[in-house]
Amino acid sequence: MSFQQVTISLLGGFAENCRLFFETLLFSIPLGLLICFGSMSKFKPLSYLVKTFVWIIRGTPLMLQLFVVFYVPGLVFGIPMRNRMLAALVAFVINYACYFSEIFRGGIQSIQKGQYEAGQVLGLTKIQIFFKIVLLQVIKRIVPPMSNEIITLVKDTSLARVIAVGEILMCAERFAGKGLIWPLFYTGVFFLLFSGLLTLLFGFIEKKLSYFKS
Amino acid sequence: MSVLEVKNIKKSFGKTEVLKGLSFSLEKGEVLSIIGSSGSGKTTLLRCLNFLEFADEGTISVDGKIIFDSASHKNLSETEIRDNRLHFGLVFQSFNLFPQYNVLQNITLAPTLLKRGSEEKIKKLALSLIERVGLSDKVENYPCELSGGQQQRVAIARALALNPDILCFDEPTSALDPELTGEVLKVIKDLKSGDSTMIVVTHEMEFARNISDKVIFMADGVIEEIGTPDEVFLNPKSPKTKSFLKKDIELVD
Repeated sequence: MSFQQVTISLLGGFAENCRLFFETLLFSIPLGLLICFGSMSKFKPLSYLVKTFVWIIRGTPLMLQLFVVFYVPGLVFGIPMRNRMLAALVAFVINYACYFSEIFRGGIQSIQKGQYEAGQVLGLTKIQIFFKIVLLQVIKRIVPPMSNEIITLVKDTSLARVIAVGEILMCAERFAGKGLIWPLFYTGVFFLLFSGLLTLLFGFIEKKLSYFKS
Repeated sequence: MSVLEVKNIKKSFGKTEVLKGLSFSLEKGEVLSIIGSSGSGKTTLLRCLNFLEFADEGTISVDGKIIFDSASHKNLSETEIRDNRLHFGLVFQSFNLFPQYNVLQNITLAPTLLKRGSEEKIKKLALSLIERVGLSDKVENYPCELSGGQQQRVAIARALALNPDILCFDEPTSALDPELTGEVLKVIKDLKSGDSTMIVVTHEMEFARNISDKVIFMADGVIEEIGTPDEVFLNPKSPKTKSFLKKDIELVD
């Protein structure tokens, strides 16, 4: 097996990681916002329900959640989950939405009451106040914690291995099974490059937003 | 006819009665100062006028038209409340400028969103207001690049941009370093000569005395004394006013 062949094979696996990464982001950010509004709801039963859910998801291992999503439909309802990638995606989206929701909540609640009141006395509507005044300040505040969480997500995608999604670590393990150990360590390079890119991207966003203090 | 007529305003937070039935009126172009110790209800009164709080009882009329009536305000739509609120402007103790917008944008944001004219017209008005508060060299600066006094002057221009009938100031200099209060007080003084109707909650006794046509001394949620500056400061009738003003003088000495 040449270096090139291994690289191509691992790239194929890493494409699965990337797919899981982007799709998780795509769905978990809006779901996170929804959960965030739920937990801030003035309707107490809803807020408690959402908070309990967030506690359960944040309080149990992601690996366990992967097993639950993959096996429970078959074991309990007799409808086996055939699509491993879909199972992984569902588990990741729920898990990350919960973490994101707490970051959003922290960001929104950290904005001073005076910002809302200034908007109110200037005759603005609640929607105008949120989008024109509050939102960018929230974004500025949540960029550092979000970048942390998103970089963790890059590496977490390899957990999908436990329900046999053909991601990069699983590819590397196949080589290991044939007596070729180094590809297993080589996978680290892929993660490092990807998270390096993200670090640069978030650094850029932070710099873009550094023109004001909030 | 009075531009502002406040009748029997009452407000409680939980079991604490903060305003216990206040009535006063204000003529066009008059400046009213409200003084009194902390917790006397001054700020709550301003917040009720600006609908940041809703009074439990009483009415507020502007130019003879009732804009708030505790009996019926729950029937008003959000839009009606917003329209009525625009009779008043409010300058906060802590400025509350929008940090992500520069000086010009802070002032143009609301008129633009409220569709108060063409972009050009709004910008022209904003620039003239910026000149009026003496910040023409800071048009493109962000709030974090300004001193407290400059920020408060921007906040005043921002409130003026909507051309309110009555401009309220909630302790406009309390958050400022002593050497910066002067520039803000000067801007407010200049507004008086421009015929604006203003209500100023303040701890600056000297300023209140100089600028006001009318002074209200509040204590424990009631108007303890109301009159011209000379009446209230030189010849106070109520023992509470006397002791408050005496304390103030002692502090200065």
